[in-house]
Amino acid sequence: MEQLLEILEGLHPEVDFELADDLIDGKIFDSFDIVTLVAEINAEFDVAIPAEELIPENFNSAEAIWELIQRLDEE
Amino acid sequence: MSFTSIDFLAFFGILIILYYALPKKIQWIVLLVASYTFYTLAGLKYIGFILFTTITTYLVTRHMDENLQRQDLYLKKHKAEMSKEEKKAYKKEVKSRNRLWFVITIVVNFGILFFCKACLVDPLHSMSGSPVFSFLSVGLPFGISFYMFQSMGYVIDVYRGKAQAERNFFRLALFVSFFPQLVQGPISKWEQLKDSLFSPHAFDRRQVAFGLQRVLWGFFKKLVIADRIAVAIGTLKGTEYTGVSFFVLTVFYAVQIYGDFTGGIDIAIGVGETLGVKMPENFIRPFFSKNIAEYWRRWHISLNEWMKSYIFYPITVSGPMLKLALKTRAKLGRFGMRIPVYIGSLLTWLGTGVWHGFNFHFILWGLINCVVIVISEELNPAYERFHDRFSWSNKRGYNVFQIIRMFVLMNLIRATDLFNDVGDYFRRIGSLAWQFNFHVLWDGTLMNLGLTAADYIILICGIIIMFLVSFFSRDNVSFRVKFQKVPRVLRYVLLFLLLLSVILFGSYGIGYDASSFIYNQF
Repeated sequence: MEQLLEILEGLHPEVDFELADDLIDGKIFDSFDIVTLVAEINAEFDVAIPAEELIPENFNSAEAIWELIQRLDEE
Repeated sequence: MSFTSIDFLAFFGILIILYYALPKKIQWIVLLVASYTFYTLAGLKYIGFILFTTITTYLVTRHMDENLQRQDLYLKKHKAEMSKEEKKAYKKEVKSRNRLWFVITIVVNFGILFFCKACLVDPLHSMSGSPVFSFLSVGLPFGISFYMFQSMGYVIDVYRGKAQAERNFFRLALFVSFFPQLVQGPISKWEQLKDSLFSPHAFDRRQVAFGLQRVLWGFFKKLVIADRIAVAIGTLKGTEYTGVSFFVLTVFYAVQIYGDFTGGIDIAIGVGETLGVKMPENFIRPFFSKNIAEYWRRWHISLNEWMKSYIFYPITVSGPMLKLALKTRAKLGRFGMRIPVYIGSLLTWLGTGVWHGFNFHFILWGLINCVVIVISEELNPAYERFHDRFSWSNKRGYNVFQIIRMFVLMNLIRATDLFNDVGDYFRRIGSLAWQFNFHVLWDGTLMNLGLTAADYIILICGIIIMFLVSFFSRDNVSFRVKFQKVPRVLRYVLLFLLLLSVILFGSYGIGYDASSFIYNQF
């Protein structure tokens, strides 16, 4: 999780990712941020996130993103 | 049949009566019959196209769905005896079986769309003159760009396992052909539309009144504003209009396309609302955006969402792109991770350009949008530092400046729509730098564009009303909800005046074709 927080802070240093839960709904992340994040996650965790998983529910908070990574890793 | 014809009003009136008078169970069948009647009246010769898309969509989604259901049953049955790797391999095999039919369906259907865009555009109905390839001038099949994207979006969702395939062919046929969205969208997703499309609807006076109000508002924007200013735009496209005259053209065109497209969508959504069918919004006050990227999140939302979900995301997160990101990161650091984003953006905007038409000027339009958005995206950190450093840049005055800047920049980009000859477009853009002929604003030039003083007065009043309605919707509360709070008598008087203005000031006349919604030609 710490590694993920580092990646997220690299994208938006001004956001407190431990508290934020509206990254998509609050328009903090745009589509450019999401695909950059997917590439970073792939590089760091070796987990490929398919296009169909790029939905707001999976990216609204660091916790949701972490759950997605774990789920895809298990599959 | 056009939305803005007497025939349509009669059709819609009869439909409302039948829809609410007949048993609720068959309401969706009434809509299907109405949609095919509408389509037949709009262009009988093209009915084969929509039927082909409907049939192929139905067959492939049923086939893929059956495969996925068999897969789930098999995995459930053999849960205990299969290892994780075996389950993964089995899923992969099912996916590759589905992929074959999925790819064939997508390629064939988009191949038809591509062929139609390249070959079947009727130069008389092309917004910007002759298309590049027009050896068959029979016209673009009615609504093809909209129902095709809607159907293929559904095919992709079923392939991804995000939507369940519809078993009833006729229900799917209604989803593809639902008549309000055939003219110029919005492009709905199956999951967004299916519930309200197929569920029974009791007559709800407030909902019907809201729907009819929105239809009336759409007529006002289309007939009183967009179609009136279109006359001047036709004149201003003449080669002699450069410099400030060209700038005036870009502003007039912004007014026309806003009135035309948002007006048409108001009519479509209003018709749906009258029948209890909720379609997605296609605009959120786009001219109040502060930059081009924000504008595209608020203009033609359904197309842009489609492009993002089904083109931009799949390209940028595909295996080859992720590998490329790793390589470029090794060489260029963090910046390298953005390379797939740029490639994805470029291809998406090229796709959006081609969707509008198989003409070079639309491709150029896509490229310019892409370049501006990518540059502004990369400059975001600098903007943030600027706003942190200078507090005045966060105040209302600077916000207004940003909105005006976006409006002017977008007008200049959008003007590529108007000129088939890209050289002509650049010549006029260049004239802005050296030709300061401000005198055209007061020397009578504007009075020789085909509009009378009365036309200008009607236009100015109409634009002010349009602006105020948009302005007072700024807190995301529908203007109609606020309008409901106006005392009843005053409300009825205002609605009557709106109706009267559509009847008295709408652009009609012999030879006038009110059916030509700009986006219906895409």
